[in-house]
Amino acid sequence: MTVLTDTATPGAQAPVFYVADEHEHPEGASTYLGFWIYVMSDCLIFACLFATFGVLGGNYAAGPAPKDVFELPIVAVNTAMLLLSSITYGFAMLAMDRDKTGATLGWLAVTALFGAAFVGIELHEFAGLIHEGATPERSAFLSSFFTLVGTHGLHVTSGLVWMVVLMVQVATKGLVQANKRRLLCLSMFWHFLDVVWIGVFTFVYLLGMLR
Amino acid sequence: MSLDAHALDESDHGHDDSPPHGTLQSYLIGFGLSVVLTAIPFWLVMSGVIADKTVAAITIMGFAFVQIIVHVIYFLHVDFKSERGWTIMTFIFTVVILFITLSGSLWVMYHLTSNMAPTPAVMRQMP
Repeated sequence: MTVLTDTATPGAQAPVFYVADEHEHPEGASTYLGFWIYVMSDCLIFACLFATFGVLGGNYAAGPAPKDVFELPIVAVNTAMLLLSSITYGFAMLAMDRDKTGATLGWLAVTALFGAAFVGIELHEFAGLIHEGATPERSAFLSSFFTLVGTHGLHVTSGLVWMVVLMVQVATKGLVQANKRRLLCLSMFWHFLDVVWIGVFTFVYLLGMLR
Repeated sequence: MSLDAHALDESDHGHDDSPPHGTLQSYLIGFGLSVVLTAIPFWLVMSGVIADKTVAAITIMGFAFVQIIVHVIYFLHVDFKSERGWTIMTFIFTVVILFITLSGSLWVMYHLTSNMAPTPAVMRQMP
């Protein structure tokens, strides 16, 4: 018995299962994962809106059907705008890696222009629909359509506001670590919106035309 | 002991570096693939090559599925290494919830509609 207690006293160290003291984290080290989890939760908002559209998308209430109101050429141009803005944002990130402030700002400006073109074309499309009487309150199909596509458009608009703010930040403070971190977060957000748009043009527009 | 603690510290320090964000080549590959994967479904619907609507719908959804994966890999840079796997774990979790939300809503609401007592409008169309 005494032998057993002896082994567990001072000389021998107890095994360590965890570090008692939190080690130092570099500033902003957890930002990327945190922002990624935000993006994933945003993805769930869109999942709910897609589910709503999936359930209500066929209820026209004797009003216009997708075939009567959608114009695929406009949607194709819109898709091209968003796709181009994705690749130019990628170029901005590559310029940021090489610490070229001017090139980063230039590519961000091009991205913002494509994004603004996307929002502009979408607003033009919405205005056309409302002019034809295809308003959100016309049928369940149009309510869920405007909610889903409008929420995506609002996201793109807030992404644009964020992009302009960051361009001002980079222009005044330069490509400091904090600005690089913010640009990488916006990159996640921007590419995520492009992924959501794939769902929108496939399930809302293309499948709507097939209905 | 000190060695052990050091090893623990090392493994915990994998998050110093920023998340991976591709090269010019990977961005261009991703862009090229997504242009092709967008153009084909638009062409399929606009030209109406596939007469059977069910086949056309399934084909288009297949293209969307592949394109989403292309974007996640080449633009969002989700891989098994970043944030020691937490990025892909949260992504997979989200996809599972997304699948349950979508398929569950569609399934339940479809059955609700088809089990509903017919409305006067439907009755009038009945033989």
